[in-house]
Amino acid sequence: MKRPGWLIPTAYIVFLMLPIYWLLNMSFKSTNEILGSFTLWPREFTFDNYVEILTNPVWYSGYLNSLSYVVINTVLSVVVALPAAYAFSRYRFLGDKHLFFWLLTNRMAPPAVFALPFLQLYSAVGLFDTHIGVALAHTLFNVPLAVWILEGFMSGVPKELDETAYVDGYSFPRFFTRIFLPTIAAGIGVAAFFCFMFSWVELLLAKTLTSVEAKPIVATMTRTASASGYELGLLAAAGMLTIIPGAFVIYFVRNYIAKGFALGRV
Amino acid sequence: MNKTLNQKAWFFVLPVVALVAFNAVIPLMTVVNFSVQETFGDNVFFWAGVRWFEEVLRSERFHAALLRQLLYTGIILAIEIPLGLAIALAMPRRGPWVSVCLVFMALPLLIPWNVVGSMWNILALPDIGLLGRSLNAIGLEYNYTRQPFAAWFTMVLMDVWHWTSLVVLLCYAGLRSIPDAFYQAAKVDGARAWAVFRYIQLPKLRYVLTIAILLRLMDSFMIYTEVIVLTGGGPGNATTFLSIDLQKIALGQFDLGPAGAMSIIYFLIILFLSWMFYTLMMRNEDRS
Repeated sequence: MKRPGWLIPTAYIVFLMLPIYWLLNMSFKSTNEILGSFTLWPREFTFDNYVEILTNPVWYSGYLNSLSYVVINTVLSVVVALPAAYAFSRYRFLGDKHLFFWLLTNRMAPPAVFALPFLQLYSAVGLFDTHIGVALAHTLFNVPLAVWILEGFMSGVPKELDETAYVDGYSFPRFFTRIFLPTIAAGIGVAAFFCFMFSWVELLLAKTLTSVEAKPIVATMTRTASASGYELGLLAAAGMLTIIPGAFVIYFVRNYIAKGFALGRV
Repeated sequence: MNKTLNQKAWFFVLPVVALVAFNAVIPLMTVVNFSVQETFGDNVFFWAGVRWFEEVLRSERFHAALLRQLLYTGIILAIEIPLGLAIALAMPRRGPWVSVCLVFMALPLLIPWNVVGSMWNILALPDIGLLGRSLNAIGLEYNYTRQPFAAWFTMVLMDVWHWTSLVVLLCYAGLRSIPDAFYQAAKVDGARAWAVFRYIQLPKLRYVLTIAILLRLMDSFMIYTEVIVLTGGGPGNATTFLSIDLQKIALGQFDLGPAGAMSIIYFLIILFLSWMFYTLMMRNEDRS
């Protein structure tokens, strides 16, 4: 290429990193420096904000709560989605197309519509303010997502694989766990990643369904922001710490991310 | 793939159906109940028929929120789709930089939505934020908490920052599925860059672009958290989109009837968009 092809991606990445840098910058500043002056990098470099978050139970329990319901949700979503996706990819049955579409509409359902009814429903069944409650609520959009992604991956596996296994005398459960699941391991990874991600970034339902015991970090952040005035440094440090899990897992699925967003269909 | 007819497959989908039905059908019926009844508290309800629907559909407040929503969605689509496509075309096709690009570009997609809001809040503060301070320093008057235009500018910029990568990733995956032979053939024919784009790349990208447009369309219709954290729907009502208006009515004022009716109308809009998405996607799938 004659023209500098790297210029556009580089400029774009710089644009993406600027707000993150500014957050990082703020997280290492003291409150005095943040409010007192405008500096492009921290002059009085301090870890106080991070120390506060990692030692104060109000803060770090938020992270633990978030991680608990996210993990429960991911496992639950993928486990129930696996057989369903297999059925959609291999069989025709009464109402299959309608069912598939109905699942999709739930991925697209606005949480704002469901917030209040969810609050009533989960209070009624005694799951308000529990990790399982939030995990169950998030299956609303994650189970359809997992079914769609897994179905996309499973449709890429030729049916001859199933048939050969039966000829070789495999029973269905043994075929499914020993042969089929390892074959679509990448798909399971991608589905799990997307469930993790969408449960991790969601705030509205997680905040509505919790008060103290299962309060997620994202809710702690919004409540702190309004309650204790302007502790920007603390807020920035908390924000930086929420980016880390995402940055960590993204490396493993970098080549499959697009396929996941296309619901397994690129 | 030709599928075999097997009604027992229903047993495989039963857990999913049970779970999603619990989560989707019961709350949806609650909303339907709200939308056709009147209440004065204490769980005493009276039949109200379609009154709330008429009220919502006639109210200027709903019209204004819907209009703002459409305008916002229109603007971000007009920016994110061409921009994402351009970046995907400029990205390296192989080599060590590919992974670096992909990881950095995907990063904004994994940041919790309220952190995205806080981040841009901090960045855009007129006195201590990098963006706000810079804009004011070059002589532009900028304060997103007071000027509606500045609030919109910040919102759109934030959305572009947050979601353009989705378009980039999808387009990039589409581009990678084009075999090298296509490019070599074009080279032999002496095709210019524009011709390569128009006749080789664009047709191959049609499918991923459809997905990208529809996903952005539907997701931008649901935007809530980022706006609440950044502007809270203000200044005034300048950035009060559909879901924010709905939350103000439902959890703010506890006007369950109008909130229920509005939820149903809102949901029907989303349902229509999903149906479009589904039809287009399935048509593409049959063809390929």
